[in-house]
Amino acid sequence: MAKLPVSLTINGDEHDLLIEPRKTLLAVLRDTIGLTGTKEGCSTGDCGACTVIVDGKAVTSCMVLGVTASEKEITTIEGLASDGELHPVQQAFINTGGYQCGFCTPGFIMASKALIDENPNRTEEEFRHALGGNICRCTGYTKILEAVLKAAEEIRTTR
Amino acid sequence: MKSFEFFEPTTLAEASRLFAAEHAQLLAGGTDLVIGMKALTETPQSVISLQKIPGLTGITTEADNSISIGATTKVREVELSADIQQHHTALAEGASEIGSIQIRNLATIGGNIAHASPAADTVAGLLVADAQVDIASTDGERTVPINELFTGPGQTVLTPGEIITRFRLPSPASGSHYIKHKIREVMDLAFIGVAAAVNLDNGTITDARIGLAAVAPTPIRATEAEELLKGNAPTPELLVQAGEAAAAASSPISDLRCSAEHRREMVDVLTKQTLQQALERASG
Repeated sequence: MAKLPVSLTINGDEHDLLIEPRKTLLAVLRDTIGLTGTKEGCSTGDCGACTVIVDGKAVTSCMVLGVTASEKEITTIEGLASDGELHPVQQAFINTGGYQCGFCTPGFIMASKALIDENPNRTEEEFRHALGGNICRCTGYTKILEAVLKAAEEIRTTR
Repeated sequence: MKSFEFFEPTTLAEASRLFAAEHAQLLAGGTDLVIGMKALTETPQSVISLQKIPGLTGITTEADNSISIGATTKVREVELSADIQQHHTALAEGASEIGSIQIRNLATIGGNIAHASPAADTVAGLLVADAQVDIASTDGERTVPINELFTGPGQTVLTPGEIITRFRLPSPASGSHYIKHKIREVMDLAFIGVAAAVNLDNGTITDARIGLAAVAPTPIRATEAEELLKGNAPTPELLVQAGEAAAAASSPISDLRCSAEHRREMVDVLTKQTLQQALERASG
């Protein structure tokens, strides 16, 4: 099927591409652009490993057709650090050891960043519930939640 | 995923014309369609995106507190809308039960309804809101009450080319509530969904609506239970009768997740609980 022209703004850079309509945003990011930080887990929207931020909202990129993301602002895990400084959420995951194999980590970090941007004052229980769409198969989530709470606290105090 | 031709019309008329063709599918949030296309349970030859059509998205509240919700409004927006939380609590609660935040940021209320799953989480709330469904096609427009929209699992009265454009919720009841019976806190399908909306006047129930999801081939209203409630004071005995009448109205199936007997019993229990909560809100 004919490829269609799309213009994606990914981590601030504009990409003018020709893509097949059946390619998901996840496939475009990983295979076309080469940004492999975003992971493909279940591919059915259940695990959250493919979470990216589109126009300020966390979404599962495996459920989005790339052609429908044209002219939208997309942020992936590769776009969080700036000027060589990790984003506070990234740093908190490192400091608390909020990961083991690391496969779910980009999705957790992107989902957490969007949640903290929306409201950094959530309780532990509220963060736990709001992160229900992200699955980690290594850990018991304790360190992940600790990281999110630390990041939220830091962002609250530096705002 | 099979290849398909992708269309992004900018008018409803064009979308309807394209959608009237064979093997055409509408794309709203994509959370059902894209997954279905990957699984090859959906193999459309053309996919018609609704996102470039103006006027299909957003929530507006009129002076009389009636509310209009555009079909492609994100479920997350429905969940977080202060007006819907206040006037149609059951609908906001139902919206908040869908998938994860990431999914609710994509999924639309129109998609949740047009997909016609008997277990859709927004449907019980729309039933007890007495929602009117506006539908457009190249032949014009029509309005169908939500309780007349569904004809079977995955089936609606929509004809080829017809597109849901908005949901209109008339003046609200004073208290409503939705309970989803499930195993996981998030990312689960409803075993049963029960919504109730009530109006109270001086201790008498002047209006009662009960919506049931996932307990019949289509979402249903428990009208006999509603009639029992109307005109009476909400005594514990009356709520027991209403629960039994709602269970009698259900015709659940047994599946991998639970038995029909369990579902019917839980309709009874959850109808009482949902009514209690709705009554508390109505008197508060």
